[in-house]
Amino acid sequence: MRLTCPLCGERDRREFYYYGAEDYLHRPAEGAPLAEWDNYLHLRDNPAGVTKDLWYHEAGCSQWLLVTRNTVTHEILGAELVAERKA
Amino acid sequence: MRIDGKGLIDRTKPVRFRFDGKDYAGYKGDTLASALLANDVRLVGRSFKYHRPRGVLTSGSEEPNALVEVVGPSNQTPNVRATMQEVFEGLVAQSQNRLGSLRFDLLAVNDYLSPFLSAGFYYKTFMWPRAFWEGLYEPLIRRAAGLGSLSGKHDEGTYEKAFAFCDVLVIGSGPAGLMAALTAGRSGADVILCEESHTLGGRLLSDGGTIGGVPAGEWVAQVVAELQALPNVRIMPRTTVTGAYDHGTYGALERVGLHKPARPNLPRECFWRIVAKHAVLASGALERPVAFENNDRPGIMMASAVRTYLNRYGVVPGKRVTVFANTDQARAVARELLSAGVQVAAIIDPRPDAFSVEDCPVHVGAEVIDTRGRMGLRGITVRKGSETFEIETDCLAMSGGWNPTLHLTCHMNGRPRWSEELAAFVPMEGAVPGLVAVGAANGSFSTHGALTTGHAAAMRAVEALGRKVSVAVPEAEDMPYRLKALWAVEGKGRAWLDFANDVTTKDVKLAAQEGFRSVEHMKRYTTQGMAPDQGKNSNVAALAVLADATGRGIAETGVTTFRPPYTPVSIAAMGAGGRAEGFAPQRFLTSDQASRDRGAPMIEAGLWYRPSYFPKPGERTWREACDREVTMVRQAVGIADVSTLGKIDIQGKDAGRFLDFVYTNTFSSLPVGRVRYGLMLREDGLVLDDGTSARLGQDHYLMTTTTAAAGLVMRHLDFVHQAFCSDWQVRFISVTESWAQFAVAGPKARALLSGYLGQPVDLPFMSVAPIKVGGVEGRLFRISFSGEEGYEIAVPTRYGEALFRDLLARAETMGGGPYGMEALNVLRIEKGFITHAEIHGRVTAHDIGMEKMVSVKKDCIGKAAATRPGLWGPEREQLVGLKAQGPISAGAHLFVPGTEVHRETDQGYVTSVCWSPTVGAWLGLGFLKDGRARLGEKVRLVDHLRGLDVICEVCLPVFHDPEGEKLRA
Repeated sequence: MRLTCPLCGERDRREFYYYGAEDYLHRPAEGAPLAEWDNYLHLRDNPAGVTKDLWYHEAGCSQWLLVTRNTVTHEILGAELVAERKA
Repeated sequence: MRIDGKGLIDRTKPVRFRFDGKDYAGYKGDTLASALLANDVRLVGRSFKYHRPRGVLTSGSEEPNALVEVVGPSNQTPNVRATMQEVFEGLVAQSQNRLGSLRFDLLAVNDYLSPFLSAGFYYKTFMWPRAFWEGLYEPLIRRAAGLGSLSGKHDEGTYEKAFAFCDVLVIGSGPAGLMAALTAGRSGADVILCEESHTLGGRLLSDGGTIGGVPAGEWVAQVVAELQALPNVRIMPRTTVTGAYDHGTYGALERVGLHKPARPNLPRECFWRIVAKHAVLASGALERPVAFENNDRPGIMMASAVRTYLNRYGVVPGKRVTVFANTDQARAVARELLSAGVQVAAIIDPRPDAFSVEDCPVHVGAEVIDTRGRMGLRGITVRKGSETFEIETDCLAMSGGWNPTLHLTCHMNGRPRWSEELAAFVPMEGAVPGLVAVGAANGSFSTHGALTTGHAAAMRAVEALGRKVSVAVPEAEDMPYRLKALWAVEGKGRAWLDFANDVTTKDVKLAAQEGFRSVEHMKRYTTQGMAPDQGKNSNVAALAVLADATGRGIAETGVTTFRPPYTPVSIAAMGAGGRAEGFAPQRFLTSDQASRDRGAPMIEAGLWYRPSYFPKPGERTWREACDREVTMVRQAVGIADVSTLGKIDIQGKDAGRFLDFVYTNTFSSLPVGRVRYGLMLREDGLVLDDGTSARLGQDHYLMTTTTAAAGLVMRHLDFVHQAFCSDWQVRFISVTESWAQFAVAGPKARALLSGYLGQPVDLPFMSVAPIKVGGVEGRLFRISFSGEEGYEIAVPTRYGEALFRDLLARAETMGGGPYGMEALNVLRIEKGFITHAEIHGRVTAHDIGMEKMVSVKKDCIGKAAATRPGLWGPEREQLVGLKAQGPISAGAHLFVPGTEVHRETDQGYVTSVCWSPTVGAWLGLGFLKDGRARLGEKVRLVDHLRGLDVICEVCLPVFHDPEGEKLRA
């Protein structure tokens, strides 16, 4: 598997640490109800198709990447820096 | 038998080798199979289940029969295909899967027991009496199972792994592969050409013919010479591409040194990961056998293999050959044998309309129905219409047509497509992105088809790469492929499909009859295709027989899943470099040599090697050294290297704000020059790590993490920063390896440092100051992990060793010295300081009694989740100290005295223990239900593993200096 880091270019997946779904980026506001925290921490979709998840270029530039990929075809549709993400 | 004037072997270079204890001679360029056949050795192995005598069936990596053990100086490799092993001077090989000699294998009794050993026999035969299973049947079966044997020693051979990158990867060097490599190579693209065999050319080396008006061999030599001269083409012989993976990654195994005598530093194999923008699969096709009664005898071979042995190795595997084949192509072998002066007894062609005029008898519309000759073929029985007759023959060349070698196209969940016209599966286009199958691998069986499709695929890749090239495709034979599918000849006896695993047509029919109608079920019930050859030449025939038995079509029946690797890959190659010391990286302290010089045994901690203790003359156990070191720190002064702790330098206007967000407590209010202990939570409210952070300047902090969690914390900080506050003005970097840092602890620590630094040290507890150590800028922290007055002195790493030696020299004049990990652990347990033994990922701030450290004035990571029900309160197991008069153990569980010991009555567990020379008792830290309310109670500590059952007293976790007077002195 190859991932294209926006800073370092195309790299082998062994350089990356996998974290989980992009949900981790949507941290509830201070004082949010516990159910919202439960959802944030534990409840995940399991999509067959396009998904977004978080990868850390641990053996590279230390940047967290938001990767868009297809779980069925394994196609990588894009990768952007978490720090500079649009949404 | 060797034929004069034939073959590509080097007859000027004879090679001696040994098989089953007997010496033989071959030539350079021979495989073990060709050399044995040249020496008229037909019996080379025994089949897996029935122990039937077996000979060489093929000439390639698909070989199911001729599996041997190769014995080297440092290793014994089982299941080596004799068809792939090149002979070299001194090669030692032996047959396998036999009890006794190869000719008199005692387990051949299985062949006579075959009525009881049909598919799934172990589910049926050994059911009764029930008690016999464990005592008798299972041990017997286990002894008989398994293929080949190992030396039982470590493989000391060298293996390697490597990465390669290219524009175009060409897999296979037959006409299609060579044409593709030539086209891509001439365009200037970066090309890798992998060939499984030791010589390039593929079937052209065996089948001859002419290309562009010159003999095929000459054309191959010309193309190979041109490719070798091109700087942008890498040729990798003896390399099998074993798997296709995501995004153009391919696995490949190179047999680097297996064809030579072993010598130091010559790798045996190299496992490659090749990343290719485009790949051309020119892997050819595999000829398939026909199932007829007793079709597994030594001397019955694939027609293509007979042709290969004749033309490539100058070997004829018999004196009187017969051919049984359903294609026109297979006739060539008979003609070539005849022209080489070999007797061809007959051609048997099951096609009634086949061409019947050859220079030998031809029986069209006929089939071979049985054979004779247990240790080697002696004769065959042929049926033509209603008549049957015998033919004397010692070599039968058979062919049931060809299956494209499409395995790699199916490695990413792709399924092949059934072609009625070819009676074979062909690759589905686009099944592996970037991989295009060409030539025979794609069902184009003629040389012309191979050349044109190889050229076309390379042209598409070249264009996609933005390059231009014009290469003419030479003229070549374009014979139509015409066959009548023949999978199995009707008959009563056993007709083999899978030679390696002894699966017959009967077994497949039985599976269907017993309800295992899905091809995946049939495979598992009969073990079809589950031997080392993975059914390369038998799977398609087996599912054709299954289709017939279940009344379905072959396309509807489908194929089993193709998985990597295409050929077996040794674990040693995939794990190259990862054995023993190579298993994990090693990190060494600047004080490493000084510690080893003092005889300290080193232990691994977070990849670092740290001294366990420093033995003194006369000390017999680690405990004696440890006790002495603890007392030394408590009464004088001790030196320990603490450089392994993670150090993160954090700077920026928002640095304090950032620390407030990642720590439960507040750091923005910390005065410059002061140090604070911090607790870090995970977002789910459980403790992630702890450590001290110092404020070096207004916008400058230095965070310390635990040794083991240094990387984890760095990753966490990066995430929190980039995900939640990337606009804050804060940047950080790991400086763990930039500083060497030593703890100087004990009542004489201040005196030691004052003397060493040449000025009185006057630093309040939990503070930091810049210092100069002999002109070198350093830092002095006053912090303590021992409970004594403690300092940590830090200098740039390159001065670490010198500082350590200086500190030790001073300490030793003051009754002090170095202390190791064991003493460090005792000191911190006595003081109730936690490590990752306590904060093991399942404890909260509340559990360790630090809930007050979670600031109510600000948000922090983990704060919200920590308030969830169940994460706090009396039902939680809370940190307590334990004191006992006898030995106790970490991992033991706690119970109320007098209650039964089982899971439901479990009250907690122990995380750290030590003998405390300071307190004079065994001390422990552990977690006990509602523990803080139970101080003074007695608990029962039980460790079934170590046979301990001890009553302990529950106490505060701080045993030494609970008021902290020594710390602050």
